[in-house]
Amino acid sequence: MATQAKKTQVSMKVNGVEVDGLVEPRTLLVHFIRENLQLTGTHIGCETTHCGACTVDIDGLSVKSCTMFAVQADGSEITTIEGIANADGTLSALQEGFRQMHGLQCGFCTPGMITRAHRLLQENPDPTEEEIRFGIAGNLCRCTGYQNIVRAIQYAAAKINGTEFQEAAE
Amino acid sequence: MIPGHFTYHRPASMADAIKLLSDLGEEARPLAGGHSLIPMMKLRLATPEHLIDLHAVEGLKGIRQEGDNIVIGAMTTQHELLASDVIASSLPILRETALLIADPQVRYRGTIGGNVANGDPGNDMPALMMTLGATYRLEGPDGVREEAAGDFYQGAYFTSLEPGEILTAVSVPAQPPGHGYAYEKLKRKIGDYATAAAAVVLTMSGGKVATCSIGLTNLSETPLLAEDAARAVIGTVLDDASLKRAAEAAITIMSPAGDGRGPVEYRKHVGGIMVERALKRAAARAA
Amino acid sequence: MNDMTPTREQREAKLEGMGCKRKRVEDIRFTQGRGQYVDDVKLPGMLHGDFVRSPYAHARVKSINTEKALKVPGVLAVITAETLKTVNLAWMPTLAGDVQMVLADGKVLFQNQEVAFVVATDRYTADDGINAVEVEYEQLEPQIDPFTAMDPGAPVLREDLTGKNTGAHGPRKHHNHIFEWTVGDKDLTDAAFRKADVTIKEMISYHRTHPSPLETCQSLCSFDKIKGELTIYGTFQAPHVVRTVVALIAKIPEHKIHVIAPDIGGGFGNKVGVYPGYVCSAVASIVTGKPVKWVEDRIENLTSTSFARDYHMTTEIAATKEGKVTGLRVHVLADHGAFDACADPSKWPAGFMNIVTGSYDFPVAHLAVDGVYTNKAPGGVAYRCSFRVTEAAYCIERAMDILAQKLGMDPAELRLKNFIKAEQFPYQSALGWEYDSGDYHTAMKQMMEKVDYAGLRKEQAEKREAFRRGETREIMGLGVSFFTEIVGAGPSKNCDILGIAMFDSCEIRLHPTGSGVARVGTKSQGQGHETTWAQIIATEIGIPADDITVEEGNTDTAPYGLGTYGSRSTPVAGAAIAMAARKIKAKAQMIAAYKLEVHEDDLEWDIDGFRVKGLPEKVLGMKDICWIAYNAPPPGMEPGLEAVSYYDPPNMTYPFGAYLCVMDIDVDTGVYKVRRFYALDDCGTRINPMIIEGQVHGGLTEAFAIAMGQEIRYDDTGNVMSGSFVDFFIPTAVETPKWETDFTVTPSPHHPIGAKGVGESPNVGGVPCFSNAVNDAFSFLGSTHIQMPHDYWRNWQAAKALGVVG
Repeated sequence: MATQAKKTQVSMKVNGVEVDGLVEPRTLLVHFIRENLQLTGTHIGCETTHCGACTVDIDGLSVKSCTMFAVQADGSEITTIEGIANADGTLSALQEGFRQMHGLQCGFCTPGMITRAHRLLQENPDPTEEEIRFGIAGNLCRCTGYQNIVRAIQYAAAKINGTEFQEAAE
Repeated sequence: MIPGHFTYHRPASMADAIKLLSDLGEEARPLAGGHSLIPMMKLRLATPEHLIDLHAVEGLKGIRQEGDNIVIGAMTTQHELLASDVIASSLPILRETALLIADPQVRYRGTIGGNVANGDPGNDMPALMMTLGATYRLEGPDGVREEAAGDFYQGAYFTSLEPGEILTAVSVPAQPPGHGYAYEKLKRKIGDYATAAAAVVLTMSGGKVATCSIGLTNLSETPLLAEDAARAVIGTVLDDASLKRAAEAAITIMSPAGDGRGPVEYRKHVGGIMVERALKRAAARAA
Repeated sequence: MNDMTPTREQREAKLEGMGCKRKRVEDIRFTQGRGQYVDDVKLPGMLHGDFVRSPYAHARVKSINTEKALKVPGVLAVITAETLKTVNLAWMPTLAGDVQMVLADGKVLFQNQEVAFVVATDRYTADDGINAVEVEYEQLEPQIDPFTAMDPGAPVLREDLTGKNTGAHGPRKHHNHIFEWTVGDKDLTDAAFRKADVTIKEMISYHRTHPSPLETCQSLCSFDKIKGELTIYGTFQAPHVVRTVVALIAKIPEHKIHVIAPDIGGGFGNKVGVYPGYVCSAVASIVTGKPVKWVEDRIENLTSTSFARDYHMTTEIAATKEGKVTGLRVHVLADHGAFDACADPSKWPAGFMNIVTGSYDFPVAHLAVDGVYTNKAPGGVAYRCSFRVTEAAYCIERAMDILAQKLGMDPAELRLKNFIKAEQFPYQSALGWEYDSGDYHTAMKQMMEKVDYAGLRKEQAEKREAFRRGETREIMGLGVSFFTEIVGAGPSKNCDILGIAMFDSCEIRLHPTGSGVARVGTKSQGQGHETTWAQIIATEIGIPADDITVEEGNTDTAPYGLGTYGSRSTPVAGAAIAMAARKIKAKAQMIAAYKLEVHEDDLEWDIDGFRVKGLPEKVLGMKDICWIAYNAPPPGMEPGLEAVSYYDPPNMTYPFGAYLCVMDIDVDTGVYKVRRFYALDDCGTRINPMIIEGQVHGGLTEAFAIAMGQEIRYDDTGNVMSGSFVDFFIPTAVETPKWETDFTVTPSPHHPIGAKGVGESPNVGGVPCFSNAVNDAFSFLGSTHIQMPHDYWRNWQAAKALGVVG
């Protein structure tokens, strides 16, 4: 085992706020966010890069923050679930969509799911159901069976695009 | 699941990266996307004392045409491959394959260099690179050399990379216009490695297969080039009998492990089917 | 009446009471990342603890050397069984009457068993400490296969039980035997089989799997030496039970123990049991005087805290040649792993497996269950089901299909022929249950009509012909399942956990200005109790659901309850809520009568208040009554408006449903595609249809995963082969089928609001439905039963065994 390495200073912009901290090189970004920054909305579910509960947005990309070191994020711009709501504090279209369409139950996957969907809609503002399912396949949910998550994202897309949300016929 | 201690290096140039890697010796590992290495470190199956992060190294990203070759910088991510018009038009099989790798988040971070260089038999790009006749640019303390993808893989996680060397680019010959291609991958779910996968690139002439190359993923300790299988279809109209012969020829070189994806017999069987299906789909696409 | 007076519809809508698709109040915080789960709680000076675990399934622990670990800067303590012996906690009682090692005491009995607990300043240092602990093992022969566990030469696993011929549930017949449990009349059942025209017999296995909620098990314990008080934050589905168990085993007075279950990231049964991590974090806090947090990682979760199922059910049905069932005989070999830690009501060593007669009118039946020890993780939790009901439903639903095949009958027709009829309820089953209500024929026929069952069978017949002619390599299966659940544990006459009766409770306190708080003994893990409990109250007492705060999970404030699992929240706590609300309503009626100057009997309830019969203008709303109750109550009446109810249910409830799955399987690869899945559920009165639908979607997704590949698999030496999300099948949005839901409503006659519980039905009914679809697809090729899980490769093996692939 290597001996303890020197701590490193890192700074980044998180949810629009400049932050810094002293970390070991091995400190995972998710722990920096949760422990140092006290932003506990980003969760840890599997630790093997499968579940996506730790998803955050880094420089315009969805990233599983359990598989990145905090030192690697030095100088970057990060959005976590705590930075997703509208500027006036109201729920964003996605957050509202998840509530309206019952797209969550225990809430544990929700921050990662919403953060991922946020990026998906930036890249593809009007996705088909298939594109949504493929686009959130890096996020596991144990409660909902995804059907209402898909509807939640469709709801949000419609709201953002100013179109009418079509309830999928069952 | 916490990694052990290490010292973090973030060189800005290739020369610095190579110097660090050679000076620090075996205890140093280059870090690309990190989606293979970091999970291994969290399990302490990998405990490097030094990590050399390649993200700040200049010139390691990007896709460009160099003569008859498409050259892809090692730090180009799967996501960037998917977004590239050059790839979409000249090497569509790369796009098809990248879409079958892991999940969106992993594709944002995962790089082509990491995928081909770490020697994981489960990775999809190595067999594809062999199929396409790609070469790897390896830079080390003694300079630069080019190695054919077909000569690179020596065993599971064991490649011809010399100490101090870093894979910096992948060079893929542009495929002829009208070529057919397919990457058939059977997997249990999104995010899983292939139970079996086959890459096919071919050209057709007068309804018959003119040229053909077939690669196999996760069916041995290394990616495989199924040369006998390819020969079995060249000159044929891809009738059932020649498809069958190709599958059989491919199966003879497979030696997968039995695991949660299925016993050896199954993985070889579906390996043969992936070959047949990839051939058929590639032929249908060929002009 | 002026224009501003709300209409009845508007008043009703404002309440958002029962039957309303009320949006969840929880979601406001969850969608913003403001939930508070155990790992989000941080206390000053908090330490972290983590486990050294055994790499072997069976080994003697020769020595544990903690010297190097204690030298790691930041490592403060390494706790071993020897440490725990000083506080008499090296072993702990299980919910099933067995004992379990908290830390390895001389031996390890399963891979990843807890061996030592390293306490350090943070989780990184704790991990360094773990890597520095040196343990010397001597490997012993492992016993992995439950079928040979009781062979004469099988290795002795539990040396602590040497010489004990009786366990918690009666005699033991072998050193690896735990119990034998029998129900029913053996002689009459044997006689039915002797007289039968037709019998079937099949060994139907339900493989070992795991609930695997997205949040793992975790705890944070803080012992205050000055006050002698222990505070425990934990992922607990049953916080009060934890408090009582801690009081009993740690000898801390119960009023000095504060258990808090904050937001919980899914449970599915995983968070019912008591685990070494909880005990060690408590002991570590007592030892160090600091708060100690323990957070399980995913590998630890899958390999050590609670498996589910692992039942091997030899099943026989006797029937007439016309297809009328006359007898059922089931023997179960139950693999309990190294310790019997099943989370069943204590008197039920095999849970409610005796619901195995299902939805059918079996005149006689007999069930015998043998539990055995093996070198696998302990557990046996009810993974989204009520105590072994999923196993029972799988057993009978698979067996009915096998019988149909033998008789040459359609499986739906066979079921219709044998259903308990609507007029037979309440129905006494041959294995001792009283089914409260049901209308099976209506549900089944509704399903068959909605999916065009006859049309699907016709299509299947055509596809089979095409397959025979070599025109397709795809086979089509129709999975039918009709399940009856038994939920709502339960009546104190037959249900307790370690002697604690399984009632539940609610306390409602209304405030002077007409809002209030309700505290309940259950604990939501995603079911949305904060939303639905308020809906019950809204309908009962006319206070809008938005004006009722629901609290759960803090044992200092919530009334004593047995928690949430086994779909018991609605049947038991839901009833307590209604009963507490009715007590409030009764007092409100007295107040209204006084205020309106009429006799109580002259009042009638009208949505949100009382009115005088025949004088619709003379009304008093609940909001006004709240103010009066505090500030101007009738002479002689105590001020205030609150009530408590502890509800001991008279019976279980029996939800049921009819499911259908259409599946296509490519025989060359074994790859399946679920083309359609229809689920009709009858859970009695429906409190929130949106939440019910969500529960059904989620349960079906879990059922899909379990049936099609989700397995905790061991190799011959006891290594876990599916201990992470690489190999343990959790489907993504891409693999997950689309769900169609439907319902009928047959209210429970004994429940105050007629509700029955729904959370687990889709898992119970879903698993047999998927498995029956696979089996139905292959049946025309001559197969009768293919074991789960139905992964691609197993489907291919089945096709190969049937000679249809080369």
